[in-house]
Amino acid sequence: MATPHVLGTEVEYGITITNDPGFNPVLASAAVVNAHAEGADRITWSYDAESPGSDARGFVVTQATVDETDSGLVNAVLHNGARLYVDHAHPEYSTPECGDPLEATLHDKAGELVMHRAATHASASLKGTQRMVLHKNNSDGKGNSYGAHENYLVPRSVPFGEIVQHMTAFLVSRQIVTGSGKVGSEHGRPEVPYQLTQRADFFEEEVGLETTLKRPIINTRDEPHADPAKYRRLHVIFGDATMSEVQTFIKLGSTSLMLLAVADGALGAPTRLSHPVDAVTAVSHDVTLHRTVDLLDGSRATALDLQWRYLTLLETYVASGDVPPVYKQVLTEWRGVLEDLPKGHAAVSDRLDWAAKLSLIEAYRTRDHLDWKHPKLRLLDLQYHAIDPARGLYHRLLAAGSMRRLFTDEEVAEAAILPPPSTRAWFRGECLRRYPDAVVAANWDSLVFDIGQPSLVRIPMMEPLRGTRALVEELLTASPDAAALINNLGGHDD
Amino acid sequence: MTEREQRSRARDTADETVHDAPRARGGEVAGKIDDLLDEIDSVLEENAEEFVKNYVQKGGE
Repeated sequence: MATPHVLGTEVEYGITITNDPGFNPVLASAAVVNAHAEGADRITWSYDAESPGSDARGFVVTQATVDETDSGLVNAVLHNGARLYVDHAHPEYSTPECGDPLEATLHDKAGELVMHRAATHASASLKGTQRMVLHKNNSDGKGNSYGAHENYLVPRSVPFGEIVQHMTAFLVSRQIVTGSGKVGSEHGRPEVPYQLTQRADFFEEEVGLETTLKRPIINTRDEPHADPAKYRRLHVIFGDATMSEVQTFIKLGSTSLMLLAVADGALGAPTRLSHPVDAVTAVSHDVTLHRTVDLLDGSRATALDLQWRYLTLLETYVASGDVPPVYKQVLTEWRGVLEDLPKGHAAVSDRLDWAAKLSLIEAYRTRDHLDWKHPKLRLLDLQYHAIDPARGLYHRLLAAGSMRRLFTDEEVAEAAILPPPSTRAWFRGECLRRYPDAVVAANWDSLVFDIGQPSLVRIPMMEPLRGTRALVEELLTASPDAAALINNLGGHDD
Repeated sequence: MTEREQRSRARDTADETVHDAPRARGGEVAGKIDDLLDEIDSVLEENAEEFVKNYVQKGGE
């Protein structure tokens, strides 16, 4: 079996201030990042090694380089190895690099806690009835979308064309499992009362480099933040931010497994859609799950049919290999959802956001006799994603025992301050904790230290599977300060 | 009946179940949700129409 992926998520949060319709979202986002309570976190983010214009197809597109002004915006590198920053007009949380989908799910949830604490702190300086409100969603319902991206580090040896061929129908069909639900449609799409995903209305291409317009199902941004000869990063922009722990786990786990199986050539001939872009909304706009899409081989299938096809292939793949147990847990949860989906949304509303939200909306519609156009339904949709546990409707359902969990509050709180042990994020986070005054800049693939010498010292971390707790804890314990660490690493010339 | 008509009819029937809010089908989970509505009323943003109208985000990514 291929080496399991390093993976993580990056989520842009919706931001608003109550009773202040003229608020500036860029300044508000900066206030959230600045309010982050860990005092030592204001480490400069180094953009030196970033090249978001690099393209997985093998060429560099110059007009898509990062906006230089971004480097002036606020950034924090956290003790758990994550990055908290302002992207465009949203606060964004990138999880640390994680070693498996369960760990990545935990850190995705920890991001909500970090954001909530920061927003609470930032709210304290607002006037009277004003409150900073953050939503982990992807659309304002008025044609503006912001992302929840997944990142999977895959071997460079896997041909990108194979990823495209196998992953397109997988991603389109997984919407029935990964959607967080939305009242109505937007961006010129046909009207529907309710659909499975926040994001489907915004996808217009099959493959491409863009993320802010003409969004593609398969994004070609190839910026591995690691040795590019060895790795590529699959940057999945085709997904919703999810509140449900089980759903996030299935989303990340099933996609990871697909990529492992693609790397091992274990999937056989790819299942290909005749019209992938049309299929995106065809699937998302049909909450009955009955609608079929055309396949290139001339047959038709529902998204559920396709998900069963992938699950079955991956069950065989996992059964035949030496796979870490967490992936068996992925298959169990995924199968459970596929078995329950035909029973109706109520049967999966304890695990899938779109179903939980729909159950809630239907209960309101029944009690208050609300038409689908009623603004209260849009508020329910929006507030489902509020990350404040006191007000967010996902959190109210969780508190009532209506949503299944994978973690305790304590585990999530711990992940908000401690790095995952399984990747270089452990080294990054622990260096920040142990040598707060010496780390002057951080990036995914390097740390820069000032140890009181004429020049700064950069420690490159091009291999994400080094710098793990198992590999470097002894070294850090033996290094009372950063100078000792540099000395013990043996790479610094005086 | 052609295959297309069958599909179309199946979809129409299925769509109705969405519009008709089948509370009874919800079972235990929906029952719990039903019990929650009063509590949720107390935490919902006060003026739904105003809050939703003012919720405008800039695109991102």
